[in-house]
Amino acid sequence: MRTTSDIIIVGAGIVGAACARAFARDGLRVTIVDAAMIGGGATAAGMGHVAVMDDNPAQLALTHYSHQLWQELAAELPEDCEYDPCGTLWVAADDEELSAARQKLATLGNRGVRAELLDAQQLAEAEPQLRSGLAGGLLQGDDLIVYPPCVARYMIDQAREKGAELRLDSPVASLGGDHVLLADGTRLAAGHVVNAAGTAAVRLTPGLPICPRKGHLVITDRYRGFIRRELVELGYIKSAAGGATESVALNVQPRRTGQLLIGSSRQFGVESDKVEPAILGRMLRRAIEYLPGLARLSAVRSWTGFRAATDDNLPLIGPWPTVPGLYLATGHEGLGITTALATAELLADMLAGRKSKIPREPYLPERIHG
Amino acid sequence: MDEVIPVNVNGRAVEVPAGCTAAVALAIAGVDLARLSVSGTPRGPMCGMGICFECCATLDGRPHQRTCQAVCHPGMEIRTDADA
Repeated sequence: MRTTSDIIIVGAGIVGAACARAFARDGLRVTIVDAAMIGGGATAAGMGHVAVMDDNPAQLALTHYSHQLWQELAAELPEDCEYDPCGTLWVAADDEELSAARQKLATLGNRGVRAELLDAQQLAEAEPQLRSGLAGGLLQGDDLIVYPPCVARYMIDQAREKGAELRLDSPVASLGGDHVLLADGTRLAAGHVVNAAGTAAVRLTPGLPICPRKGHLVITDRYRGFIRRELVELGYIKSAAGGATESVALNVQPRRTGQLLIGSSRQFGVESDKVEPAILGRMLRRAIEYLPGLARLSAVRSWTGFRAATDDNLPLIGPWPTVPGLYLATGHEGLGITTALATAELLADMLAGRKSKIPREPYLPERIHG
Repeated sequence: MDEVIPVNVNGRAVEVPAGCTAAVALAIAGVDLARLSVSGTPRGPMCGMGICFECCATLDGRPHQRTCQAVCHPGMEIRTDADA
């Protein structure tokens, strides 16, 4: 294996994998390093929901751009990536949430994102398992889901076909802008280094404003046709964007196997990765409030994962000013799958000196230093 | 002979001994296949004691029920993936 590269990517999750694919395509000699395996962290723990989100203009620009890249990638993805353009259906419980859905419709429409407002009856017809008495919904029919670990593996395979080297089971002791020191003492030199280590990024680059935000998920046995779209309550936005220590929100996804993936929970300040019955129960009760029939189904497994959350809910994409040569690609919170492809293109553009399709400034790490 | 009760296996009327399980009813009906695995391979009763989950079928409209753990009642509807 070579010990000198144009660029070393630390982290073989979906973000590091997307970066590897983009950099190798641009002709760079890439080395990917991971402490364990491809897509073994948040990439494997999450839902694989690729959604255009509009909490703020910067988030909308990044998710929209990345969603377009996902649509382009879709045609070439292998079967095991479980690509499914099932769409997102935002569920409005009351009139207040329905007006939030209208606002969302306008914001998305201005950006050219297809969305459709449903009244109470249309919602009931679209998803008969939803309880009665809901106000309506907003359908983002172009949103999609994938199985992220297989996508990460596919993108790394593509990079390797273009000469990238992969070092798994290789914990990193330290890194700088021109080298990575592995725990076994191997020193890898490079022109640039990308820290794409998710929640572990802060250990390697002290001072990053990244906090692990724990989430729980449950998967059921197979109940094909129970729901058609990924169902998310509009209150999810408050749960995800708010800084609450603990929150739950309805987010239920139909997998291609017929299984249902049930979320979501968010917790700050929990280090243990153990499943916690209390919040798991809260999360399931929330889902059952919306989908009463869920209570009769069998769950087969539950697990947890950690999102890399930042103070301002935007990822860190670009050079880290205090370490020349070091780039960051982390802090994606719950949108790492959605925004991985755009993250990779923005970094590839910076490295190649190209103009990007969207403004980069909102995501630049230099914002932390003001 | 013990008391017999009528059940329904994949739409077919079958008489089974009262107190037997749905897995026994499948055997009496000559249905080997309880369910298909994710990859489409046939599965049927194996451990007979509720551990292996291979014998799951739809009982009275409820999917993924272990037939070896469910006692038949008169008129029970048993539907397996052999019917799919």
